[in-house]
Amino acid sequence: MIKKQLLSEYQVSIILNRLACQLVEIHGDFSETVLIGLQPRGANVLEMLLSLLKSKGFSNINHGLLDITFFRDDFRRREAPLEANRTKIDVLLEGKRVVFIDDVLYTGRSVRSALDAIHSFGRPKDIELLILIDRRFSRELPIQPDYTGKQVDSLASERVLVDWEKKFGDHSVYLIKPKNE
Amino acid sequence: MSELSVDHLLGIKNLTSEDIELIFNTADEFKDIINRPIKKVPSLRDITVANLFFENSTRTRLSFELAEKRLSADVINFSASSSSVKKGESLVDTVNNILSMKVDLVVMRHPNPGAAVFLSQNVNSTIINAGDGAHEHPTQALLDAFSIREKYGEVKGKKVVIVGDILHSRVALSNIFCLQKLGAEVMVCGPQTLIPKYISSLGVKVETNLIKALNWCDIANMLRVQHERQDINYFPSIREYTLQYGLNMEILNKLENRITVMHPGPINRGVEITSEVADSDQAIILNQVENGVAIRMAVLFLLASKKHMNFKS
Repeated sequence: MIKKQLLSEYQVSIILNRLACQLVEIHGDFSETVLIGLQPRGANVLEMLLSLLKSKGFSNINHGLLDITFFRDDFRRREAPLEANRTKIDVLLEGKRVVFIDDVLYTGRSVRSALDAIHSFGRPKDIELLILIDRRFSRELPIQPDYTGKQVDSLASERVLVDWEKKFGDHSVYLIKPKNE
Repeated sequence: MSELSVDHLLGIKNLTSEDIELIFNTADEFKDIINRPIKKVPSLRDITVANLFFENSTRTRLSFELAEKRLSADVINFSASSSSVKKGESLVDTVNNILSMKVDLVVMRHPNPGAAVFLSQNVNSTIINAGDGAHEHPTQALLDAFSIREKYGEVKGKKVVIVGDILHSRVALSNIFCLQKLGAEVMVCGPQTLIPKYISSLGVKVETNLIKALNWCDIANMLRVQHERQDINYFPSIREYTLQYGLNMEILNKLENRITVMHPGPINRGVEITSEVADSDQAIILNQVENGVAIRMAVLFLLASKKHMNFKS
């Protein structure tokens, strides 16, 4: 395994700050907006954005976590078993402006599942997508982000990892290649 | 661990405590889903489930059917009373005929102990035991333990007494296995004639005095007297049984601790439990029924996820 740092923790924090500002620009006082983190790793991005928005004077923003396990299209088709996470949405989404938040956008299939899953909570006015890392040119479905942190070019055999668990030290972003390439 | 260690759910005896925890954790999510305005998820949309009921059932059959439908599975129902079984067809033949219609999962209730195990060895499908004679009723035990976990936070260290017809009860046996695997202490209580001779070899306490048993426990699971399985009289009369082993408000209020009352249903009101107790706030009987759907969704989901699709064939 060969790992290459794409973004340092400092760069990630600058990008998140910009994304928070973009959200403020579009959503104003957030009274009609609900930020939804896609489980499991979107929850980390959501948490960081919420604390940045709080520091800018926007507290009490409606938010929640959405688990897409039971809506995935690769159930019984992938080798590893699926494991469910907690969905926590305490607000009715009917007529609200929803922003999906995730760390890496790759094939777009998770977002498609999320679009399916979200309708259990009402019919939102619109849904946007905020992504920290966009692995461009790798989409399998017609899905594009509305807010992008950083675009990255990568091969299908590579992995893009945002180090939330601080496995390699801090919240940096890495490109991980298998050794034989 | 995110996969069951078994390919069929034949009994609690074959499950590990990790399997049970996995089922509970998955059921937590499904309980959340069935309390939403839209209660359906598409996970099992390409799965067909056959519910084979060779014995009468209301709760279990409806609960399984609802669980299957909430997971978007296709469902076919079969009851022995209106089928070719009456014409002399064998169990394996009946099931193989149903499976040749491309059925993926079989949920079966049967009056003979071991029927589910027999079927799993003789047909090529995933079997879920929904009760086999006086042997096991695994999903009932899972939902009972899940309800205890929901009420108390955990099952470990809890004292549970199972009262009534232990001899003919598959619920009792599955409950004993399940509660013990989760670290609870189990006692059985009932007339000597309705307690199997070797039950203490399972590591459970035995008590014939109801008041003593209730004073010991945190949770009492009151079982129905299974007249349909009794070929001889095990006690002089129902009235006498009720006097000795019936739970009423007077007894409940006199106990040292405030206990939780459970019942797997169907209730014979006024026999093993009075209406006041069944409807009191100490009873969690209807919670058990609600949890039954979530537990069965979890079991179906986890077993179906082991049936990997093969598009090459």
